[in-house]
Amino acid sequence: MSLDELYRREYGHVLASLIRRFGHFELAEDAVQAAFEAAMVQWPAEGWPPNPTSWLIATARHKVVDQLRHQQMRERKGDELRQHLELLLDNDLEAEPLDSLRLIFACCHPALARPAQVALTLHTLGGLRTEEIARAFMVPVPTLAQRLVRAKAKIRDAGIPFEVPDDTALDERLEPVLAVIYLIFNEGYAASFGDDWVRGDLCREAIRLGRMLVRLLPAEREARGLLALMLLHHARREARTDAAGDIVLLDEQDRSRWHADEIKEGSAHVGIALRGGLPGGYAVQAAIAALHAEAVTPADTDWRRIAALYSLLYAIQPTPVVALNRAVAVAMADGLQAGLEQLDKIHLPGYHLLPATRADLLRRLGRHGEAAEQYRQALALVTQGAERRFLERRLREVTAAHSAVDFAAAESKTP
Amino acid sequence: MQYMLMCCIDEALWNGLPDAERDSVMTDYHALIQEMVTSGHYRGGARLQSVESATTLREQNGKTVMLDGPFAESREQLGGFHVVECRDLDEALALARRIPPLRVGGSVEVRPVDPAYRL
Repeated sequence: MSLDELYRREYGHVLASLIRRFGHFELAEDAVQAAFEAAMVQWPAEGWPPNPTSWLIATARHKVVDQLRHQQMRERKGDELRQHLELLLDNDLEAEPLDSLRLIFACCHPALARPAQVALTLHTLGGLRTEEIARAFMVPVPTLAQRLVRAKAKIRDAGIPFEVPDDTALDERLEPVLAVIYLIFNEGYAASFGDDWVRGDLCREAIRLGRMLVRLLPAEREARGLLALMLLHHARREARTDAAGDIVLLDEQDRSRWHADEIKEGSAHVGIALRGGLPGGYAVQAAIAALHAEAVTPADTDWRRIAALYSLLYAIQPTPVVALNRAVAVAMADGLQAGLEQLDKIHLPGYHLLPATRADLLRRLGRHGEAAEQYRQALALVTQGAERRFLERRLREVTAAHSAVDFAAAESKTP
Repeated sequence: MQYMLMCCIDEALWNGLPDAERDSVMTDYHALIQEMVTSGHYRGGARLQSVESATTLREQNGKTVMLDGPFAESREQLGGFHVVECRDLDEALALARRIPPLRVGGSVEVRPVDPAYRL
């Protein structure tokens, strides 16, 4: 392992441990940075220590105490210093996994705005640098830096605790944590059509955080549902685009390029997440993704069960987007006409996937003229490049088919 | 840490509530304050009279100018405030979310008190 990889993997753990001991964000951050810098100088020359994480924690603690000693000599506060020095004698230098959990609950505290939660989580638990996060979310670096400074100041000034919420508050507090992790994943996933490695990295980071939550909170079914959902989507990442970077739809994907290990792991988590009472939204979405992933060919897809799961999801999250997905499943299970009828009940102004879905069902029904009109509507709304190219290709196909039909009709009328 | 819980509500909305509903909110409010006193969280607070009774001062060109009314027109008005002593923000939020006017359309702003100026 390189020091860079170690930084990625252990930065969050070391930082969490320091914040837990000293309760001070900036002080801890500076110390952890200094510890990694010291490692960069010492390790290549003297060799790696037997336990690199413990070495980093010990070094960072010494840096904090040095810092406090300077500060307190100026302010002549002896007691606090003695307390901190006692911590140094403490032999326990293992990274405490609960510290990372405490840290993620602080970073995703509902008193912080969502963009701040996301930036803090990536910065502290993921060890991503300010410039990397700014690039990943296409935000100017100073804006992102300011967002981080403000969030850390609020944690300190408003007294946001570094604690795992107790059982009564856990579900409510877990919600934003899961939302932040899923947002990080989706940001990476949506961007994987591009070639920006930082954004692709977001998926791996989100999965790593998801695994951490499942390990530390094994009874939380929604955490497991989210991990399963991410794994099952991630398993298909390479089959989603062709060599030119264009979209390949699910039923046209080369299923041999799906990652069987991730599908297996994801499906196993789905099984556990669905067990017990009424499942949550992530678990149901993961169950749907598992049905897609487990179908050997598109024709083997169990659309009837998928439609039923979308109905269950709609009961949990009655949003038009869920209704849209359910309409697609109904079209595949009960017939295209039934799907079209469901689409007519959905109100989603400005969302390109509604006309795009209608276009696809019309195309399958052979109603090419109407399909072309819907593709044009979708094209007027789409923003993402690869999606635009896909819709343009489809529009060309149905337009050609439509004129072929007209031509055939005209021919047949000619005596 | 100390936190100020500022309870705001649209006065027109509040005045428009049926008497029985206002009374029930205030009864619960007094019970909550009593509970916070007993638990040792409560440091002080008050219910304010209508913003219509407010006078706002400003200095212009070295001269004090008085305005009849609040310093800024807003949809919601500060109706009362409490200072509570809490372990951390979570404890303060747990108290704040129980403030009864929330259930009739009010809002509560939770602000940490500067440690140098604690009550």
